[in-house]
Parts: sequence; C-alpha cells; structure tokens
Amino acid sequence: MSELLRNIIRFTLFILVQVYVLNKIPHLHRFIVPYLYFLFLLWLPFGISRIGLLVVGFLTGLALDFFTMTPGLHAAACVLLAYCRPFVINILTPKDPNEFNYREPSPRAMGWTPYLVYALVLTIVHHGYLVLLEWLSFGSFFGFLVKVASTSAISMLLIIATEMLFPRRMKFRTNIA
Amino acid sequence: MRNIFLFIRRFFTFFVFLALQAVALWFLFSYNKFHQAKGLGVANEITGWFNTRYNTLEDFFTMREENRRLLQMNDSLINLLPSNFIVSDTTITLTRDSIPYDTTGKLRQYVWREAQVLYNTVNADKNYVQINRGSNHGIQDHMGVFSSDGGLVGQVVNVSPNFSQVMSLLHVQNKVNVLIRRTNSTGTLYWDGRDPRFLNLKDIPRSDSLVLGDTIVTGKFSLSFPPGYLVGTIAEIIPDASTNFYVLKIRPTANFNNLQQVMVVENLFFNDLKTLEKETKRKVDDPKRSAR
Repeated sequence: MSELLRNIIRFTLFILVQVYVLNKIPHLHRFIVPYLYFLFLLWLPFGISRIGLLVVGFLTGLALDFFTMTPGLHAAACVLLAYCRPFVINILTPKDPNEFNYREPSPRAMGWTPYLVYALVLTIVHHGYLVLLEWLSFGSFFGFLVKVASTSAISMLLIIATEMLFPRRMKFRTNIA
Repeated sequence: MRNIFLFIRRFFTFFVFLALQAVALWFLFSYNKFHQAKGLGVANEITGWFNTRYNTLEDFFTMREENRRLLQMNDSLINLLPSNFIVSDTTITLTRDSIPYDTTGKLRQYVWREAQVLYNTVNADKNYVQINRGSNHGIQDHMGVFSSDGGLVGQVVNVSPNFSQVMSLLHVQNKVNVLIRRTNSTGTLYWDGRDPRFLNLKDIPRSDSLVLGDTIVTGKFSLSFPPGYLVGTIAEIIPDASTNFYVLKIRPTANFNNLQQVMVVENLFFNDLKTLEKETKRKVDDPKRSAR
C-alpha cells in the first residue's frame, strides 16, 4: 500500500471515529471532551515537508470543523500543532529524516518514552490553543486551565490505548530498500 | 529588494503558518458573530451526505423510543378531534360544515414541516443539530424547531439547499424568551454550558411563588416560535440573594441525547414583523423627527 493511500484511509478513519464515536458518547463532564483525531498528524511520516504538514493540518482541522459547525476552531489548533511538530521531533531525536530506520513516528521508531513525550507536548499545544480560542468567546480562566489538563489527560489515555490496540507493523528501513 | 525576497524565502514556512492561522481565525470569528462563513453551504452538503448514511444506521437503535414518542403525540392530538365531543343534554348534536375551514376571518400564521435529525451532539459548548431539510424544502434562517414530543429544540441558523443547521438550546449563545405557564411571568432561557441535562432561566422575579415541576412554555415575544409550546419543567429553584430574581434550573422536555424526528415551524409573518420592528426603530431614532 502506498504512503499516500495509507494516509488518506487513516485521515478518513480518524475523522469518522472522532465525529461519529467520540463526539457522540454520552456527556461525562463539562471539562472532558475526548479528542483523538489529531493523532493522524502525529502519525504522518518523518519525511513530509514542513509546508505540506501545515496544509495537511489545516485540512484535517477544517474537515472536523465542518462536522462540528465551528469553522476555523480545530483548523487553527491543528495548524499550530503541525508547525510545532518538526521542532519537537528535532529535540527528541535529533536526526536527519533520511537517517530514521522507520518511516513515521511510533513507539517502535522512537522508543516509548520519547514517543509519549512527543505526543504529550503536541497534545498540550493542540488543546491549549483550542480551549483558549473557546475561552475567548465563553468561559472562565479557571475553567480554561482545568479543561486543558483534563482534556489532555483523556487524549493521552486514548493515544496510549490506540498505540497498544493497533501497533503499526512497519518495515525496518535499510539502505538496500 | 533582493534581501526582501531572501527574507521571505528564509521564513517561508513561518509565513505559510501565519497565513493559515489568519484564515482559520477569520473563519472562526466571523462565524461566531454572524453564523456565516465562506464555503459553509458546500461543506454542509458534504457533511449532510455522511450524516445521512450514519443516521440510517442510528435509526435501527432509536426506532422504538421514537415510535413511543410519536404515539404519545398522536394520542394527545387525536383527543382534540371534534368527533370526540357531543353536546349531551340537548337533542342537537354538533355537526361540521362541508367547508372544513372558516376562510373568512382566520389567517394562518404558523406552518409546520417535519424533518429528520441527521447529526446532533451534547458534549460541546456550542451544540448544533443538522436536519435533512434545506432551502429546497422552504426552510429559512430563524425558523423554530420542536422535537417529536413537542419540546422546543432550537432555531435554524444556517441553510444549504438540502440540509440545515439548527442552533440547539444547548448552545451558550442561545437566548429564548419563555413564560412560566402558571404565574405568567416572562424570563430568558439560556445555557451555561455545564450540564446538558439542565437549562437555566433568569429574570423571574422573587415575588412569584414557584413550585418544582412548574411548566415553562415559549413566550409571546419571539418571532420564531409560536407562543405556548412546551420547553421544560422547573427542576431546581435557587433564590439569588444579590438580586430580586430567581435563578432556575430547567429540565428540557426534548430529549437532546435522543433526538430523531423534529418539526420545523415557520412564522409566515416573520418578515412583516421584522420590517415593522425595523421601521419603528428607524422612525423613533430619526433625528429629524425627534421634535414631536
């Protein structure tokens, strides 16, 4: 399966799961909104160009926005996430994209701890900006802080569960391939 | 000049980032203000297609509950039929004219249309309901929406040819004029975004004697909703010590977790009333006419 096709299928699945499963679960608490769709951006290959990453991030956010009728909200958060991603990867695994043994970020490619730090930082960036934008139009500062923390915790839980349920079997890249 | 180009090339990624942020924020703020954004009509058609597929699946699980609600509604309506009533203590029975409607003195003000809910959330601060009727079926902005058991659901805010978006009562910008049926006092219904099981009601004076379970109905000052339709019942009474008003928690009649069939109500005089309101405001505010 080609890289492009695989990512298109992933995009569709992540958006559909977010819209029809996670957004539809019965109300738990006002501070808890389960988000998982942005994991699609975390799973994009190392080799993707930075501009391409920004555009993909914008489209991902906008796709979700049109379902939840908040045009621009998730798009803004995803663009920020996409902008920060290369920096975080650089800090955690300072390598040239060609030197990676695996194509995309995963616990196997980076090791569990760096991968979880990578996911946590970007999750907080995404939720922080998202909840900030919501807070600008409605809510209190205390609510903002608690919501960022609790929503990030739920997202991390979902990300870990996803990584364990769907370990991506990827080929070890050698110089020959 | 060359340096400028070099500068742009050097920070090209950052500029793309800024541009995309600007576009996203522009969408967001223009939508929050006017409920309008570029390309929303097309997007509505696409999400509508997906939501229709999803809804056919969801129907399997909610059909039984929906049937029960529909039967209750039919039951209450069938009891209003004139054939149920006879005048018992004379020999004259009530009969109906061959012309069923009095066409001389009555004007129709409200038209009801049925619609099906395709997508609905309760988890966000701003919840919207998507329905499968659009401008092709005569839906316009500002029309009221009621659930199949007669409870108020919200107001249409955005219309595309085949689908429309309804601002649910569970939306923090939502404000509806309502009435407590027993005491006839008017208040404003809103939602504080905390718990989707309860709405909030303010502006009810403390001089009212309220009891839990009092019925809240739509008020007389709304252009979108016909007056006197069910909204909810009082679930909790909190006297606000700092003002002379109550803060009430309302349990909505419509079940927002399980919304399937809805009715869209059109006020045929909406434009007339709106124009009248505008004209009045213009006349009163006109500086030339201020010396009366």
